[in-house]
Amino acid sequence: MITQNEISREEQQEFSSSSENTGETTKQYLTFFLDGEEYGVDILGVQEIRGWEKTTILPNSPNHIKGVINLRGTIVPITDLRERFCLESKEYGPLTVVIVLNICDSSSNKKVVGIVVDAVSDVYDISSTKIKSSPEIEQQVSGEFIEGLFNVDEKMLILLDINRLLVSEAQYSEVAQ
Amino acid sequence: MATILAVDDSASMRQMVSFTLQGAGHEVIEAEDGQVAYDLAQQHSNVDLVLSDVNMPNMDGISLIKALRGMDSYKFTPMLMLTTESTKDKKMEGRAAGATGWIVKPFNPDQLLATINKVIG
Amino acid sequence: MAVDISQFHEMFFEESFEGLEVMENGLLNLPPGSSDIELINDIFRAAHSIKGGAGTFGFNEVSEFTHDLETLMDLMREGKYSVTSEAVELMLQAVDCLRHMLTELKDKRPIDYSNASEISKHFKLILEKPESTAPEPEQVSATNDTECKSWRIGFKPNPEMLQTGNEPYRIIRELGELGCLVVHVLLDDLPSYDLIDPCECYLAWQLDLSGEAVSRDAIDEIFEWVIDDAEIGVEELSGAKISISQEAPAQHSDDSKESNNPLPEPTAVSGEVLPTSAVAINSEASIPRSLETTKPKAEPARGGDSKSIRVNIEKVDALINMVGEMVITQSMLCQLSKEYNEESHNELVSGLAQLEANTRELQESVMSLRMMPISFAFNRFPRLVRDLNRQLEKDVELVLHGEQTELDKTVMEKLGDPLTHLVRNAMDHGMETPQERLEQGKPEKGKIELKAFYEGGAVVIQICDDGKGLDDKKIQAKAISNSLIQEGEVLSREEIQDLILRPGFSTADEVSDLSGRGVGLDVVKQNIRALNGSLDVQSKENSGTTFTIRLPLTLAIVDGQLIRVEDSVYILPLTAISESLQLEEKNINTVAGGVDLYRIRDENIPVVHLNALFGHDKAEGSEYAKMLVVVESNERKIGLVVDELLDQQQVVIKSLEANYQGVEGLSGATILGDGTVALICDIHDIFTMSAGQYQLSFDKIFQSGHNYAA
Repeated sequence: MITQNEISREEQQEFSSSSENTGETTKQYLTFFLDGEEYGVDILGVQEIRGWEKTTILPNSPNHIKGVINLRGTIVPITDLRERFCLESKEYGPLTVVIVLNICDSSSNKKVVGIVVDAVSDVYDISSTKIKSSPEIEQQVSGEFIEGLFNVDEKMLILLDINRLLVSEAQYSEVAQ
Repeated sequence: MATILAVDDSASMRQMVSFTLQGAGHEVIEAEDGQVAYDLAQQHSNVDLVLSDVNMPNMDGISLIKALRGMDSYKFTPMLMLTTESTKDKKMEGRAAGATGWIVKPFNPDQLLATINKVIG
Repeated sequence: MAVDISQFHEMFFEESFEGLEVMENGLLNLPPGSSDIELINDIFRAAHSIKGGAGTFGFNEVSEFTHDLETLMDLMREGKYSVTSEAVELMLQAVDCLRHMLTELKDKRPIDYSNASEISKHFKLILEKPESTAPEPEQVSATNDTECKSWRIGFKPNPEMLQTGNEPYRIIRELGELGCLVVHVLLDDLPSYDLIDPCECYLAWQLDLSGEAVSRDAIDEIFEWVIDDAEIGVEELSGAKISISQEAPAQHSDDSKESNNPLPEPTAVSGEVLPTSAVAINSEASIPRSLETTKPKAEPARGGDSKSIRVNIEKVDALINMVGEMVITQSMLCQLSKEYNEESHNELVSGLAQLEANTRELQESVMSLRMMPISFAFNRFPRLVRDLNRQLEKDVELVLHGEQTELDKTVMEKLGDPLTHLVRNAMDHGMETPQERLEQGKPEKGKIELKAFYEGGAVVIQICDDGKGLDDKKIQAKAISNSLIQEGEVLSREEIQDLILRPGFSTADEVSDLSGRGVGLDVVKQNIRALNGSLDVQSKENSGTTFTIRLPLTLAIVDGQLIRVEDSVYILPLTAISESLQLEEKNINTVAGGVDLYRIRDENIPVVHLNALFGHDKAEGSEYAKMLVVVESNERKIGLVVDELLDQQQVVIKSLEANYQGVEGLSGATILGDGTVALICDIHDIFTMSAGQYQLSFDKIFQSGHNYAA
């Protein structure tokens, strides 16, 4: 069941606490599914979750850039993560989810972007000390986007550094043009 | 309390003077040169004090004072020139034209208030 | 009451930068030996204002530095010093130095005064005054004197004293504040009632003042304004108590007149030492506004981009009126909606039309507030060219055209750097030395023209030089060696010249100090693109080079023609559209190179399929009728094939770069009435893209700038 949520900032911040002594931080991650794998992103970067709506296609854009939408007056680009990761593409339906993120590009400019994922999963509290670094094997995504791995309930979450992912994608698109 | 005509071609000076004097409860009429001041002076008959810079386009301070002294309603009105040290002889000229006195630039708001209190009330 | 002076700082800085411009322009227009008193006065006043303001607001170093400048101008306006090129040059340097100091102060950075003191030394030499021109130290009265002092003061105003606005009552009152005052009035000169002239003063006074720490200076100060308008005598009484005696008046009014001592000229009214207190204000005041720029700038900007505009108050009043009308229309519509029935339809339509008119008027008015003449951007160049002439030993004249052409303030501020780069470029690489020019048979004096004018819906700015022009062969060779093009590629002259605008290209043999700071023309082009503008270059060897910048008149709004290309809605700027017509197969001719030409009257216009250009998937050549929209740019036309013409409407441009990036072919996006996003086409890009896609060589198609004749 897809709901459109805006996660309140206060709630998010409440749960990100630091323990000064051990230097550990606990952050909340929103996880989502993509082709059977579960990925997580820092919830502080998540602005809202929407259903899929028709985008305006951009001329000569790479396949994974689906186009732009009107988000309450702002033009927001939508990236299909499946295609970005060169996975088999999936048809969009009523269950398709778009996660709207706030990211920072290389010049520290704030940008709002949307990513299309299969489904949203859950929210986890993850302590920084428990994050494992990713081995360089058979990854769907290039290692530089991965913040680390986290085990929970017998499954593995792949935590993404969303800034890195989408920023370098901009460069990717330029090259594609 | 008093109605003051402040004349200076520098907007920042006018702003500062206005602000200071209004803060002390006075009413301020601003003019950016002597000609404008002269015209305003004719419209307002209740001016209690004139503060004027010397170097201004269109009509300078000294000419303004001379012109104002020619008006009946301004015969005895205190008029202070805002001068800098490089225009000492202007003070003489000013007094000859009928100026009451002068304030030397640069001055700070407190000095301004202290000086005008000498001639108001 | 403490007044926080720092709130006036911004205004002071703005004013001062303007004043510096006045000075600079004035100085540049002041030839040696000039007797243009008015101009000299203008320059003097500007210096005077800056000095006065700087002192008032606590920027004492600036004030002191400006003092010399002001003194020199003062001497010049009194004819005591003639205008020499040496003096003008020195003053121009001082202006630069001041500008730098003020910028540093404004950005709250520490100032290096070494340059200023150098320049000051030169001033002193010119003015032939000893190094220290500091005013005489004030005679600080012995304020620690707690001994009780007594004074006898004789005060006899001249009859006309009242007419200077001085009032004995106030003076006496002030004396009374110093200590214990006993006042005797002397009526000797009072004539009989019928002879009294009310404007004259006939009274005199004997004032006995005693108290602790009543100094001579304090008394003198009170009489400062009237010493020439009255007879004043001040005598110290040795501690004796003041007694009222009958004889005293007569005695003192006649005898105890000391000759007027030359009073020390105080530099501050209240006797306080001014600099300290002013500096205290400066350093202690907390600046309420947080400064926006945190990144240090490589070069201090020319006064910085200011966040305020001067607006003609009439424009504001006009705006207020328009808003008023809009409110009326709105309430009329509101009323209508309450009483709506079938018959009101016409009223509704006309009401809405009225609203549209109101909105448009208001919009145009508001936009015009931001418009300023381009002279603000141009006026740095006379100085720049003059300095570069000296530095490069060239002789180039700068001619400006169309300085009153208005454009958006923000656009203009951002135009400054690109323009500077292009002018420097022209001076450095384009213009030859006088010697070289003579050898070429050209006039010794070179010329750079800056032109600004309107064309269509855009502002066009051109930088034209009559220098040596671009060397096509050299460019091509460089491009090949930088892997921008392939060896053996055939390019039109235009395409070759465009290469210099590409990233990774530099024609300078060495990175010269002036323009090759590692910043190429591609950055200039990018900066202009960021303003939704375009940059083109045209050159002829030995004749010169012209750079053309095109900018939209406004950043935010465009009148658009909506078109449909397959499933997408695009918007073409109306100003670029020359005509639209139904496509008819029979008018299409295919020529070599795979280009279709469409015959319209006596012209053949290249045909461009927008769907292909924009990479839309569906196959070309669908059966249903298409439209051809002829668009024009740079005096060239192409025909765009679209599926349908939709509405015309005004759209607000929203940036694609904000959250995404620039897209070739688009100048932005907009949100339509139904909430969907439509993309706005960039005509200039479309031309470029077409050339690339169809391998169009403009030279072939457009012979000498005109469309290929039938």
